[in-house]
Amino acid sequence: MSSLDLFVARPRRLTLRGLRSIDLTLVLAWAIIAIVAAWAVAPGLFTPHSGTIGIAGNQLKAPDAAHWLGTDEIGRDVLARIIYGSVNSLSGAIVAVAVGLVGGTALGLFAGAIGGKIDDIIMRLVDVMLSIPGLLLQLSIIIILGFGTINVAAAVGVTTVASFARLMRSEVIRVRRADYVEAAFGSGGRFSAVLWRHVLPNSLGTIISYAALQFGTAILAISTLGFLGYGAPPPIPEWGLLISEGRKYLTSAWWLTAFPGLAVILVVLAANRISQSLRRTS
Amino acid sequence: MNALVSAPPILDVTGLDIAYRDTAGWRRVVQDVSFTVGAGEVVALVGESGSGKTTTAQAVIGLLPDNGRIERGAIRLNGTDIAHWADRRLDAIRGKSVSLVPQDPGTSLNPVLTIGAQVAEILRLHGVRDGKERRQRVLDLLARVGLDQPELRYGQYPHELSGGMKQRVLIAIAIALRPALLIADEPTSALDVTVQRRILDLIDELRAEFGTSVLLVTHDLGVAADRADRIIVLKQGQVQEQGPARQVLGTPRSDYTKRLLSDAPSLAPAAFRAAPANTPAAIIVEGLTQDFPVSGRTSFRAVDDLSFTVASGTTHAIVGESGSGKTTTARTVVGFQRPTSGRVTIENTEITALSGEPLRQFRRNVQLVYQNPFASLDPRQSVAEIIGEPLRNFEPIGKAERLDRVKALLDQVGLPADALDRSARALSGGQRQRVAIARALILEPRVLVLDEAVSALDVTVQAQILRLLQSLQDRLGLTYLFVTHDLAVVRQVAHTVTVMRAGRAVETGSVETVFNHPDAAYTSELIAAIPGRHLPVATPQYAGAAQ
Repeated sequence: MSSLDLFVARPRRLTLRGLRSIDLTLVLAWAIIAIVAAWAVAPGLFTPHSGTIGIAGNQLKAPDAAHWLGTDEIGRDVLARIIYGSVNSLSGAIVAVAVGLVGGTALGLFAGAIGGKIDDIIMRLVDVMLSIPGLLLQLSIIIILGFGTINVAAAVGVTTVASFARLMRSEVIRVRRADYVEAAFGSGGRFSAVLWRHVLPNSLGTIISYAALQFGTAILAISTLGFLGYGAPPPIPEWGLLISEGRKYLTSAWWLTAFPGLAVILVVLAANRISQSLRRTS
Repeated sequence: MNALVSAPPILDVTGLDIAYRDTAGWRRVVQDVSFTVGAGEVVALVGESGSGKTTTAQAVIGLLPDNGRIERGAIRLNGTDIAHWADRRLDAIRGKSVSLVPQDPGTSLNPVLTIGAQVAEILRLHGVRDGKERRQRVLDLLARVGLDQPELRYGQYPHELSGGMKQRVLIAIAIALRPALLIADEPTSALDVTVQRRILDLIDELRAEFGTSVLLVTHDLGVAADRADRIIVLKQGQVQEQGPARQVLGTPRSDYTKRLLSDAPSLAPAAFRAAPANTPAAIIVEGLTQDFPVSGRTSFRAVDDLSFTVASGTTHAIVGESGSGKTTTARTVVGFQRPTSGRVTIENTEITALSGEPLRQFRRNVQLVYQNPFASLDPRQSVAEIIGEPLRNFEPIGKAERLDRVKALLDQVGLPADALDRSARALSGGQRQRVAIARALILEPRVLVLDEAVSALDVTVQAQILRLLQSLQDRLGLTYLFVTHDLAVVRQVAHTVTVMRAGRAVETGSVETVFNHPDAAYTSELIAAIPGRHLPVATPQYAGAAQ
């Protein structure tokens, strides 16, 4: 047969059949993200308790019917703390990914599209960034910017710019070689127009799935920094901070660390699973 | 040739149904196919892509892809039905009774093993234990398939060999055990014409020598006409017609065969297009030289001092085998690269002096159509966006007006209006190439450069595109620079031609002169290599050909 058959025979991924036999783990992953997002938007709907004000005489109760996940040392409901804390963790992760995605994509796009000296300079800077341990860089940035959820998120985002830029550059270089990009120049496209209409959309598939992966990693990183005390100041509920505060009672009240930890793990796993599915369809 | 008709057939396929599983369930791709291959006979399976010819051949040797299965029918090899044999059982006959020469020599050899090791493997698998004997037999085989210096080739790796040499190695592997049946799946479609001819000659010789039967799978009726005793024409998995080559080609019974015959450029009667006299030149190429840097300081000269002129409103073909520099020339003419030296003048503008905005403006006048319509269209755009994009670049007109012009052009290139909103992915190869041509035409350029624009298409689609190009030229007075490796197409469509070899022009002139009285030996060799010389009778004209 002619060489073209190879292209025709490529199976399409998104089909009715594919939707029917949808993956249970993927549904679960989206459900987890949806629930956490709902918590962040309207925490009051999910719990009658307050996230910050404790009830006297209710200290350190083990999980029961009234307080499903128990209470902490000043009588605050742990579930309520996790639900109210999702806003901080989630918005932090979104900011972090946005910073990394926008900054990294722009850098990678310019490096890959312009090439030559500019490419060299940008990519060597990226190499330098990659050579600094992530946590060290994050701590340095937070010390410059000051403590707080948004600053932590920005710091986490900045450290991911380098890897986003790397990935984007390699995608851009792949797409730039394609015939249709040359054809776009050939039909009189200006550099910026070709970049915007052809190179960017065709490079983004991989980047989006990487962003989903980074979303999980960012929640982990923000929780880590919260645990170390660089994030939101107490009594604001933030998942990393919850774990950190519960640490003192690890032997007597395991639920203080276990449930916030579980929340972090589930969201990170869900983000990874979604990223994997995005990579397959892109 | 057919003296052995009375002997029992080597291969007897009856009522074969094959289906592939895809997302929608089982889809039947081969339906009720029956044929035989007698001893010492060459039978050609002819059809376009998707006709099921390769699938049928794969089934015979038990190499269907994992998602394929034989639903019904029998495949008798020397009288034994092997249709439902397990792989392990088939191993015993593969190579020994039936063997395969694969399609693409470039990817069919293991890149990390030497040639000798790969040929020796089949001998080892089939019980030649003695290393010395094996080596000797491999050397004999390499010599037999016409490789010079077999000792040297024995220790070489596939990347050190050319495509034709690799195909010879694959043939050596296929004939190592003198199988009764050789399946050749498009053995030459990835090769240059002169190499193609030598490979087919070799298969012919081996058949004569060993009495091997050959099942030749090909899309090229010319090849089938030259080489086959009998021809089976397949379309969409069904046999349209089968019989002795002479009869199928001379007095075809099915409309489909008639149509294939009239569309095959190699079988078309030579009616040269005469160049109109006294027309101004649209393209002037003078002393074009193009060097490419190769690792470090050395450079590779892809085009060397090339000059030609194309009269306005005519078609000039650049012909050559791979590596002759023809694509490089095309890319320089459209201004994608700056020549090392020399000048290209199009419609009185020297484009080699242009850059930046003037070059961009100039692109209105000259457009390129690519070889592969699967790579030259952005998979994320709709047909309307693809065709309308050049307008967005040059003309500040509203969306509605742009869409109107796209619609008008869509009709001109013979695409249905409902294709507008579809993604290019949903179109066939021929339709995609029409979209690519429409995109090139929407700015109403004066010059169209076609880089192997029909080479990847099936013959019927190819014929449609060529007719389309010709009618557009007649109507709009376009000038074409037609780059191709296919001399048969050149004979059909071009007024003038430049034959290139290793970056140099071997010969330039009107198509009629070059084809009838070639000066250079290389040109004669190329012309002689066009398949289809053995066509028995004059080609019948298919009624639909004039559309």
